[in-house]
Amino acid sequence: MSILPLVALVGNPNAGKSALFNALTGARQKVGNYPGVTVERHSGRLALDDGRPIELVDLPGTYSLDPSSPDEQVTRDVLFGKQAGERRPDALIVVVDAANLDLHLRFALQLIALGLPVVIALNMVDLAERDGLTLSPEALSRELGVPVIPTVAVRKRGLDVLRAALTAAVEGSATRAPRDPSAADQPIAALQRRARELSKAATLSETPTRRWNHALDTVALHPVAGPILLVALMFVMFQAVFSWSEAPIGWIEGGFAALDEAIRGALPDNLLRSMLTDGLIAGVGAVVVFLPQILILFTFILVLEASGYMVRAAFLMDRMMAGVGLSGRAFIPLLSSFACAVPGIMATRTISDEKDRLTTILIAPLMTCSARLPVYTIIIGAFIPNTAVAPGVGLQGLVLLGLYIAGILGAFVAALVLRRTVTKGDSSGFMMEMPKYQMPRLSDIAIGLWSRALIFLKRAGTIIAATTVVLWLLLSFPQAPEGESQVNYSVAGRIASGIEVVVAPIGFNRDISLALIPAMAAREVAVAAIGTVYAIDDVENAAGEKSIIDNLQHRWSLPTALAFLMWFVFAPQCISTIAITRRETNGWKWPLFMVGYLFAAAYIMAGITYWLAVAAGL
Amino acid sequence: MLAPASLPLESLPVRRPATITTIAWDRLAAPEARRLREFGFEVGVHVEILHRAALFRGPVACRIGRMTVALRRNVAAAITVMAD
Ligand SMILES: Nc1nc2c(ncn2[C@@H]2O[C@H](COP(=O)(O)OP(=O)(O)OP(=O)(O)O)[C@@H](O)[C@H]2O)c(=O)[nH]1
Ligand SMILES: [Mg+2]
Repeated sequence: MSILPLVALVGNPNAGKSALFNALTGARQKVGNYPGVTVERHSGRLALDDGRPIELVDLPGTYSLDPSSPDEQVTRDVLFGKQAGERRPDALIVVVDAANLDLHLRFALQLIALGLPVVIALNMVDLAERDGLTLSPEALSRELGVPVIPTVAVRKRGLDVLRAALTAAVEGSATRAPRDPSAADQPIAALQRRARELSKAATLSETPTRRWNHALDTVALHPVAGPILLVALMFVMFQAVFSWSEAPIGWIEGGFAALDEAIRGALPDNLLRSMLTDGLIAGVGAVVVFLPQILILFTFILVLEASGYMVRAAFLMDRMMAGVGLSGRAFIPLLSSFACAVPGIMATRTISDEKDRLTTILIAPLMTCSARLPVYTIIIGAFIPNTAVAPGVGLQGLVLLGLYIAGILGAFVAALVLRRTVTKGDSSGFMMEMPKYQMPRLSDIAIGLWSRALIFLKRAGTIIAATTVVLWLLLSFPQAPEGESQVNYSVAGRIASGIEVVVAPIGFNRDISLALIPAMAAREVAVAAIGTVYAIDDVENAAGEKSIIDNLQHRWSLPTALAFLMWFVFAPQCISTIAITRRETNGWKWPLFMVGYLFAAAYIMAGITYWLAVAAGL
Repeated sequence: MLAPASLPLESLPVRRPATITTIAWDRLAAPEARRLREFGFEVGVHVEILHRAALFRGPVACRIGRMTVALRRNVAAAITVMAD
């Protein structure tokens, strides 16, 4: 295998590096309108004009070569070839935001001084135009001594010219600025002044435009309206998860019911048929029906990320976060954890203070991830009446919102305690660039949803299906004699009755005991497990959400259901969360601590819920 | 009209352009000071407060050049400005 020339995309955060990477390589790296989206190196391939392939790497954005957080360290290591087993890049594409040259050119100057062949992508020229700026790439190129190519990464504009310039740079035929170590060592203020001069020289004209960015912020950051808007957004999000998903859930259920019917018609009543219907369809089907809800949740998160509102939310939350010893910055990884704790924990790499970051990692699993949605929904569906509290405000959505809030409050309390005990230390403060608002692009959202849907279905088809089949096996053998309950007689039933001893005090029954352990593989499996249990136990009804809900209503008391919900607010992180925590904290100490404290919290909180509910006569 | 006086950035009225006269670097934690420099804060630079999270003295949104930066109050208090 021949070694391909290596080209790195570098620049300040939110300059559009990942968007450019995607446009050049056809990859689908995550882009988002806030600083700190990319926290790892990603590589891809691209063919130059002469057909020669090169390796392109997308890097986390950074403000200088002096890293102040783990993600920025990644960029520095790649630039200096320090990443284990990595070579130094042969050339750089320095991505600068045309609408904020003062800042971005200063870092560009530092990068040019490294002496590698450089091509500057003057990105976001559309936004600069929107701001009334007319720039001269030629003037800039003359001053800097390197090619400057105007681009609009998201509309794939300027890519051909960029590729041509890159070809020249890689071949070494392009002009290359002399290596100037002194520039890298110059005080930042001097470089900053030089950048301001350059920016002025490159700006041909500037016409004042309407400042609708400011107008939007006047509302979004308003001392009173701002927080109300934030809460309202969250509220609409959880209402939508319920009210918009009914119809599509119905279609998916119909599909699985038809499949179930078809298999029952085609196969004689044997073990294979039972495994397919009671195991796979009852289990996997019970999870897949939640795809619409998960996609609705993701649509909201993706729109928030693409619009630039994320940093505003962090701004509004900073005061509260400071109160528990964290920074507003931590709010962004925490909000991403609503989707899944794994990317959320990865995103903590943008937090500079180590203790601050560790605390955020430890509380991230308390943010209700989308995998818990099926568990919440099915219990809410069975026990909370679908009534309207006010026009357009459903009780079920309200309870769901309450569960999310319970998680958030739990996280705040946990942070408060952790910061005073095991993760004591200074706060890293809150200093963040606030990006300009952008209209979310439909295609970006669609790609984001598509990749989430694939991930979800893949999980359903692999880990969830496998766990369900194993559970079905453990539930079906040994076969119970006539008159005995198959579930109780089975291996799984016997294991569950062991667990039940421990969890009975907090109101958990046999079904919950059965679901707890497989739910560690993936939380949705709790629902799959319950689906399988009832499919085996309740031979009269066809498997499906309706049967699960019917069975739940008959077999569970309301206090038990509430305790189960509370358990899931706190409890068992899935295996992947534990694995990523181990990787990001370099050892087993913190993941074990996390599992321990969350299990304890779950047990206590579920217990309190159960005892209170029983005392209240529910 | 009163002669313009120096005041901490923290107290600068919203949307009043001003110029930085001093920055008390020693009052800032090292990483904060570094990031502030990287954002281009230095004596002689024009700034403006755009928004304030008034509730419980939350952060301020400060315009510097073509960008907006969120700062905590203690940082904004370490920067002295003169209204233009
Ligand atoms: N209007 C416009 N928006 C752009 C352009 N390039 C990127 N964007 C948007 O700018 C935002 C930031 O883009 P990213 O590619 O995520 O930026 P990045 O440099 O990778 O950021 P980090 O990973 O945080 O360092 C996203 O919302 C993009 O959709 C452009 O040329 N024009
Ligand atoms: Mg990126």
